[in-house]
This record gives sequence, C-alpha cells and structure tokens, in this order.
Amino acid sequence: MQQEVVLAMLAKEPSHGYELRARLRDALGPLGEAMNAGQVYVTLTRLERAGLLTAERSADGADRADRKVYALTPDGQQRVAAWIAETSWPKPDLAEFHLKLIAAAAAGLADPLAIVDTQRRELLRRLRDAQRAAMAEPEHSAAALLLEGVVLRLQADLRWLEACERTWTHRRSGS
Amino acid sequence: MTVVLSARDLRRHYGGGERAVDGVDLDVMAGETVAVMGPSGCGKSTLLHLLGGLDRPSGGRIELHGRRIDNLGEKALARLRRTGIGFVFQSFHLLDELTAVENVEMPALLAGRSPRAARRRATELLDRVGLAGRAGALPSQLSGGQRQRVAVARALSNEPAVVLADEPTGNLDSAATLDVLRLFGSLHEAGQTLVIVTHDARIAATADRLLSMRDGVLIDETRLTGGTSGRLGSLVRLED
Repeated sequence: MQQEVVLAMLAKEPSHGYELRARLRDALGPLGEAMNAGQVYVTLTRLERAGLLTAERSADGADRADRKVYALTPDGQQRVAAWIAETSWPKPDLAEFHLKLIAAAAAGLADPLAIVDTQRRELLRRLRDAQRAAMAEPEHSAAALLLEGVVLRLQADLRWLEACERTWTHRRSGS
Repeated sequence: MTVVLSARDLRRHYGGGERAVDGVDLDVMAGETVAVMGPSGCGKSTLLHLLGGLDRPSGGRIELHGRRIDNLGEKALARLRRTGIGFVFQSFHLLDELTAVENVEMPALLAGRSPRAARRRATELLDRVGLAGRAGALPSQLSGGQRQRVAVARALSNEPAVVLADEPTGNLDSAATLDVLRLFGSLHEAGQTLVIVTHDARIAATADRLLSMRDGVLIDETRLTGGTSGRLGSLVRLED
C-alpha cells in the first residue's frame, strides 16, 4: 500500500489501526478485499520510523497494532499536503504491448492478431469481473465510483485493441 | 441443449453490390445470452433485423424452434413478431402518448388477450423490471434507463422464445447501463434466450458467448468462461 495513501487516511484525526482499515474497506469495497491487515501495518511501521506519524498505545495497554492510535506528525501533514497537490497519474504501459506485437511479427514468433485476440479475452474477463462487482454495489457507494473508473479504463484499452487489430490486419494483408 | 434460433448461410445484399450480411451461420441455444459485436456498418443490425423478421433475407434460411421463418407470408411474419420474438431498440420506440403500463400491455392486446389479462401481465412485468411504481408515467416523465426497462418489459409481454436487442445501452449513461445489464442478467437467470448486437464492450463482457462481426460475416467466437485470478484488487494497483 502506498505510504501517502495511508498517511492521508489518517489526516482527518488520530485513529486506531482498525478504524483506518475500516475507512479503507469502505472506500475500496470489493477491490480492497485482497488487502490484508499486515500490509497496512508494515506501511504504518515504516511511516513511524520515517518520523511521519506517531503510534500511541491505547489506554488498555495492549500492544496489538490495531489497538494503537496513529497520528500524523507535522512532517506527515506536510507530506500529505504535497501529495494532495501532486498531479501524478498512473500510466498504462501500452508501449510494452505495442513492442510485443512488433517483435512477434518481425521475428515470426507469433501472429500479432492472435496476441491481440488473447489479450482482448483477458480484458473482457476483467471487464466482466469489474462489472459484476459494480452491479453488486449499493447505489452511491464509494467503491462503485472506483469500479466505474476501472470499467471505463478497460473499455478504453479494448478500443485500442480494436485499433491494433485493424492496423495489423491491414499490415498482414498488405505484406 | 435445444437450439432456439438458427441461421444458415444468411445473406442480405442490396443493389450496387453492398453485402450487409454475407453468409452468416448461427445457432442460439435455449437460455443463452449471445452478443454480436462489431464496428458500425459491419452488418450487425441488419443481421438482427433478419433474425427477427423485420427485414427479408436475400438468401439462406432462418429457423425458430426448428420452424422455418424466412419464407413466411406477411401475415404470419407479423404474428411471429408479435408473439415469438421480443425486440428492444436503442431509442426505446415507446409510444409517447401512452403510459408505461399501456406501452407494456400493447403486444398482449395485439395478440388477442383480454384487456384484463393484458393489464395483469403488464403490471407483473413492470414490477419485474423494477418500475411497479411508475406504471402511470408517460415516457417523457421517465429517465432513459427507465424507458429502456419499460421497453424490455414490453418485449417480454408475450413470453417470446427469444429477445433481440439492438444497441440497448447506446443512449444510456453508465448508471443506466448498469441497470439494463442487471436486468438482462436477471432475465438470463430466469432462462430467457437473448441476442444482443452492440459495440458496447460492457454488454459483450456479460454475455455467455461473444461473436465478432466484420463486413457482413462472423469472424470470431469467444466464450468468457473461467475467471481472472479472482482477485478484484489486481484490477487496481493495490497489489504489486
């Protein structure tokens, strides 16, 4: 889990570990199911060591991570503010697939159209899974909005695969 | 498995050498959802119109439950369109001056059912598509997604052997598209046979079988059985 995400989820107020995890679960819905508590606590420990947050044992003295109260330090608050202002954005790695088609065709390793086809099936499966999950979400859930984003990106990727198919069909019949 | 609808060497040629549908073979099994995908102009709408008897083929044959329908007379074809086949269109094709329930009961009335039986059936169907509370609304008072759900209810009026849908989500936003997909999913679970032509990958992804159409022919068939890794989290960058 990205460090800034964990920090930012604590920006509202100091919180217990289990509260932090509940917030993440609500925001991610089924997309967060695979996320385990261990990953979050590993990140929290790193952030504490970096001086970006403090971890206080709760009053009952238990040492379990989800009973500790985590709070941002001033450095942590600055880091969150900088992260909010960032415009970084995930870049889909289209170049890799593009080069795969070119290399496969050039070396006669595989038919680019067969590669496109296999890839399309895989993306359609993902689209189906994302869509089923979206359909199962209650209206206006935070996770439904995230799933809509996943669905839209997959649709864009599928349209690009259509363009790949057209171009490679043309190249093959032209050569 | 029973074949509900089948086409053999189906063709629709126009003057000037245009071949909108050029030799399609297709078997649709009972209870199956089949999506036909392709770019605009690939012939998919024409194919659907041929399958539903809205257009006449230039050659080949079509059977519904083993009975040839491509050579029926006008009258028999009209009856078939009213009772054997349900249609759903991109632009809904509802009658604007009739309420939702009146639109839905129309096919039953045309098929000769009593007004009371037709109304009862229409009311049930509106309930099934989640619009029981909007029976008295005019189409203009409904959202796009609601109008399409009324159109689906109407298509089911006479318990058709197959429902044919032409770009059913073409005029809908994401939320309304999900509603229609949910509805198709529930029809599928109830055993309804569905053929959907579309360029919307979201529909294609929910079908049992996906056929790709180019230049009037079916070029590829995909079954989306089996899942991804099953971990939805891998769809976003939560897990590296």
